[in-house]
Amino acid sequence: MSARIKEYRGTYVSRKDLEEGRVPAVRDKPEARYAWAAGVAMGRFLAELKEGRIIGRRCRRCGRVLVPPRMFCEWCFRPTDEWVYVRDTGTVLTYSISHLGPAAERIEEPIPIAVIQLDGASPGVGMLHKLGEVKFEEIRIGMRVKAVWKPPEEREGAITDILYFRPLKEGEGQEGGE
Amino acid sequence: MSALGVKRKVAVVGAGITLFRRRLKETGRELSFYAAKMALDTAGITLADVDAVVCGTAPDAFDGVHMKGEYLLDGMGGHKKPFVRVYVGGGTGVFTPIAAWWHVASGHFDIVLAVAEEKMSSCFPHPQKAFTTIFDPMLTRPLGANLVWIFALEMQRYMHVHGVKKEQIATIAVKNKRNAVDHPCAQLADPKITVQDVLNSEVMVWPVQRLDISPPSDGAAAIVLAAEHVAKRLTNDPVWIEGVGWCLDSTYWTNRDLYYPKYVEYAARMAYKMAGIKNPPKEIDVAEPYDPFDYKEAHHAEGLMLVRKGEYLKDVKDENDIFAKYGRDGDLPICPSGGLLGVGNPIAAAGMMKICEIFWQLRKEAGKRQVKNDPRTGVAQAWGDLMQVGTVVVMRA
Repeated sequence: MSARIKEYRGTYVSRKDLEEGRVPAVRDKPEARYAWAAGVAMGRFLAELKEGRIIGRRCRRCGRVLVPPRMFCEWCFRPTDEWVYVRDTGTVLTYSISHLGPAAERIEEPIPIAVIQLDGASPGVGMLHKLGEVKFEEIRIGMRVKAVWKPPEEREGAITDILYFRPLKEGEGQEGGE
Repeated sequence: MSALGVKRKVAVVGAGITLFRRRLKETGRELSFYAAKMALDTAGITLADVDAVVCGTAPDAFDGVHMKGEYLLDGMGGHKKPFVRVYVGGGTGVFTPIAAWWHVASGHFDIVLAVAEEKMSSCFPHPQKAFTTIFDPMLTRPLGANLVWIFALEMQRYMHVHGVKKEQIATIAVKNKRNAVDHPCAQLADPKITVQDVLNSEVMVWPVQRLDISPPSDGAAAIVLAAEHVAKRLTNDPVWIEGVGWCLDSTYWTNRDLYYPKYVEYAARMAYKMAGIKNPPKEIDVAEPYDPFDYKEAHHAEGLMLVRKGEYLKDVKDENDIFAKYGRDGDLPICPSGGLLGVGNPIAAAGMMKICEIFWQLRKEAGKRQVKNDPRTGVAQAWGDLMQVGTVVVMRA
């Protein structure tokens, strides 16, 4: 606001005004359908998920193991060098608990989610997924987790072939660590 | 020529803005026209004086109209002129004046109109549904992601690394929503809001609650930029654009540590170098860091190097502490406009609102919002996309 300006324009209307026709409105529902080619790197990643494995790519110049994989390293701007399997265990880097669905609608059962650094991926290289079999108040940054997979016959080559990550039990996944 | 090879000095000579509201009757074109006309009128010029127009507006999906820049062109004064739309997500509002600046600094144009618009209300059931199409279709969308997820994950990481508490972060929402009481365009001003109100508000995506978030809004804002020789004829109070910077990090947002926005720091370093600023907290008198969420003000003030990493809320325990440090008469006034949390968040227009605020603050025209430290230098910043873009403008009276 400038103290010199006396009037600011704009006319507030409510959602009801619009929906009940008090303000003229035109409605449309654009139909746009897509089939995305998964690409070279993600295509392999999704195919490996169907087999119950998680794969990344290593860049020999910076040494990073990238998960999800890509065929080029955005740091070094050169092709990555080799496929590397990583484990399905990892460490929570950060987490939250969603009470909202994709359209900001309230959902009945809140969903815990996390960015997880899988064992074998480079430090700080995380992947987004859901958590499960855990009480919300027990979730911690640094918590060790393991993937819970769909049964093999139900997998379709999608990120959802992993249902969620659950806390590691005593004695499981010792090779990892924060 | 400056150190960065800048050919000409550029000044802001006029600014305009509409009301920000959850839903406005006017179309995006009509709102753009209101803001653009006000900017031209306050600069004392007409559209005939304008050499080129730069448009800023965020995703097409909000309006459901592709080629949104062209759709808005007539309302923005772009008819039969060099006209271009720029877009870097939430960073667009501060990137629009940057693009307008290089139009003039290059020597190509003497007067450029920069207009930013957003109309989020057209999208049903909620603009967040359109927002989810920014997510990777293979990795993220199948998980049912909501846009707030990524900010909740970032806020959690920030709190964890620095040991910052939600009670402290909530003071930022209180400050901005109270500040907004003095902004005539504000959507969510609240003179009585307390930290307890924020902490008691509905949980959206923990640790983010309803009052931690800015609202969806409709609105527009605009400025007029002029080359030095023109600006000096148009006004006795030009506000110079002395530094611009921008930087984008990778779209693979899960592959970086979210506790600190390094890309904002790089954008700020670029702008500060150009403006000759060596000690930001000493040399900057007023700041408008991007605050779509309350924690983002802290995150961005740190990225702007106005405080050390993790120290924005050091010793801030309650409402009084935050006003003492960052209120209009505080140590360093931050978001005196009321920010996105208070004035509203019509994406691109919200960033431009921050540019307008610094312009009015440095001109001493901010009325009840005027900061008390006789400001000479101000900084505005925006941020967006998948937590990956920083845009920064330094201005001087």
